Amino acid sequence: MSLLSVEGISIHFGGLKAVDDVSFEVREGEVFTIVGPNGAGKSTIFNLISRFYDPSAGAIRFDGRDITRLKAEDIAPLGIARTFQNIELFDHSTVLQNLLVGRHRHRRSNFVANAFFLPSVRREEVEHREAIEKVIDFLDLQPYRNKMIAGLPYGVRKVVELARSLACEPKLLLLDEPASGLSVEETQDMAFWIEDIQKDMGVSVLMVEHDMSLVAQVSDRVLAIDHGAMLATGTPAEVQNDPLVIEAYLGREEA
Amino acid sequence: MRFQFKTEYNDDIRLYQDRVQLAWYVALLITAVSLPLFLGDFYISQVTFILIFSIAGMGIMLLVGHTGLVSLGHAAFLAAGAYSTVNLELLGVPFFLALPLGGLFAGVLGAVLAIPVLRLTGIYLAIATLALAIIIEDIIVLAEPLTGGVVGLSVDSIYLFSAAGPEINIYFTPFRFYYLALAVAALVALLYANILRSSTGRAFLAIRDSEVSARAMGINVARYKTLSFGLSCFITGLAGGLLAHFLGHINHEAFLILTSIELLMIVVIGGLGSIHGAFFGAIVFGMLPLTVSIAIETFGAPLGITSTTLPGLSTGIFAGLLVMFILVEPFGIYGRWLKIRTYFQLFPLYRRDMFRRHKSYLKTERMR
Repeated sequence: MSLLSVEGISIHFGGLKAVDDVSFEVREGEVFTIVGPNGAGKSTIFNLISRFYDPSAGAIRFDGRDITRLKAEDIAPLGIARTFQNIELFDHSTVLQNLLVGRHRHRRSNFVANAFFLPSVRREEVEHREAIEKVIDFLDLQPYRNKMIAGLPYGVRKVVELARSLACEPKLLLLDEPASGLSVEETQDMAFWIEDIQKDMGVSVLMVEHDMSLVAQVSDRVLAIDHGAMLATGTPAEVQNDPLVIEAYLGREEA
Repeated sequence: MRFQFKTEYNDDIRLYQDRVQLAWYVALLITAVSLPLFLGDFYISQVTFILIFSIAGMGIMLLVGHTGLVSLGHAAFLAAGAYSTVNLELLGVPFFLALPLGGLFAGVLGAVLAIPVLRLTGIYLAIATLALAIIIEDIIVLAEPLTGGVVGLSVDSIYLFSAAGPEINIYFTPFRFYYLALAVAALVALLYANILRSSTGRAFLAIRDSEVSARAMGINVARYKTLSFGLSCFITGLAGGLLAHFLGHINHEAFLILTSIELLMIVVIGGLGSIHGAFFGAIVFGMLPLTVSIAIETFGAPLGITSTTLPGLSTGIFAGLLVMFILVEPFGIYGRWLKIRTYFQLFPLYRRDMFRRHKSYLKTERMR
């Protein structure tokens, strides 16, 4: 059963076709990866799904619901969380505060109750804290709870961003280059986490990634795109051996 | 060196970090309550003035320091709170209701104005709010039935519950006025701190640091910006209501464009992004003219300098301080205080670089 289905979406920036008639489905419980050379339109597809961009054609359906015309802030409440290619954390807040922002869609109190910090608000805060503690345990972020993001190394920020999106308790997780800028060990950790997110938490993952070893290790299916158009879909091995994909990355062999 | 051992989640939720900090806050409260024992009428009214501007400072801090929106027109909401409180009292509403209603009027006005204005960001927002500061002076003069026009309104004593109830006047009963201002300031600080430790406050912080990811986390940016503006104006309006009674007579000259800029300077000098900063900034703002005039009297007399030969000295010093803080200590007095505190807490392990701003990594190019 498909959780997310993207049906023929296109977007143009002036004369540039950034995404041209792309369709794919993310099934429930799978890790689906989009690969492609730089500028192929991968992040643009993410921004279309998380509704930062309006598609000029096509439809996006999530969980049986048409989300093509929703606002960006209405996406997270449906259960779609995302990370950004160039980490977008709240730099002048602590790790805990960042993760608690991830709980925003689960809040139950309004600002008046907040201002008086009613007992129900305190209970809610403790519940949110319990939820994010699970994420902190899962991603080994214990040493960083009260640290400011501005002082953390890059690798840790990457993990905090993943943690914040998990704090949303999403059904679908959009990971924009989760391993970019990470060391080999950190990338390996990321691969294990993605597998656990899929298998233990039952969260479906849609990922953009360049690191082919990571892609091959965790992906169930792969979509390759170039210049905004679809090249091939299939298992990681199938896509890696597709002649069109090889051509897109390496160029054509002269006869 | 102190270590905090946390054993339950409430350790992170409550308003103070540990018993030592709690003891300091209690000590501060006791000092504040017993202050009239040590200070005379004149100094108590000075402290009252500082408290009123601390409240206004908290109002603008919520907007500038915590939501990252700039306003150069907050004197407009100070005025809205002042005139609506006074007019409600003229209609016979007792002060304990008129003040919050006046604040509410300023807050609703702010929220309504915010809806178009907050579509702008950065320098454009500053210019739009600056326009507000200019317009309000004319509105006050034109709305004569409510504001008394150029002449202004003279403001009666505060009658807390009814005309028979306790009369509060800054000249006749300055201690009562001081306690009233202290109570309002403490209450606002408490509500403010509560907002900051709950989902609403975190949404403000999120908008300040990254609007893109705030939206991706499901925060309705437009709604929370409007809310922040409204709450900010509400708090500023409360300060306005108190200020009207403090001044005893209000006209448009109490709410000049300079007042708006002074409010912004309070939070920048005090330290953006902290409630403490609003108080520190107000202390500097409130004490400076007094300190300067005492200094002129003491040291200027032999040189033939009086406050009339050097007008605007305190304004000049205040502006100089602002420039100095922006250059040397962008986190204001509170930021400096944090450094000093950390130095002693970690002694002798403090390093100069501990508070250095770290290079921020690439930002996602702004979408739309």
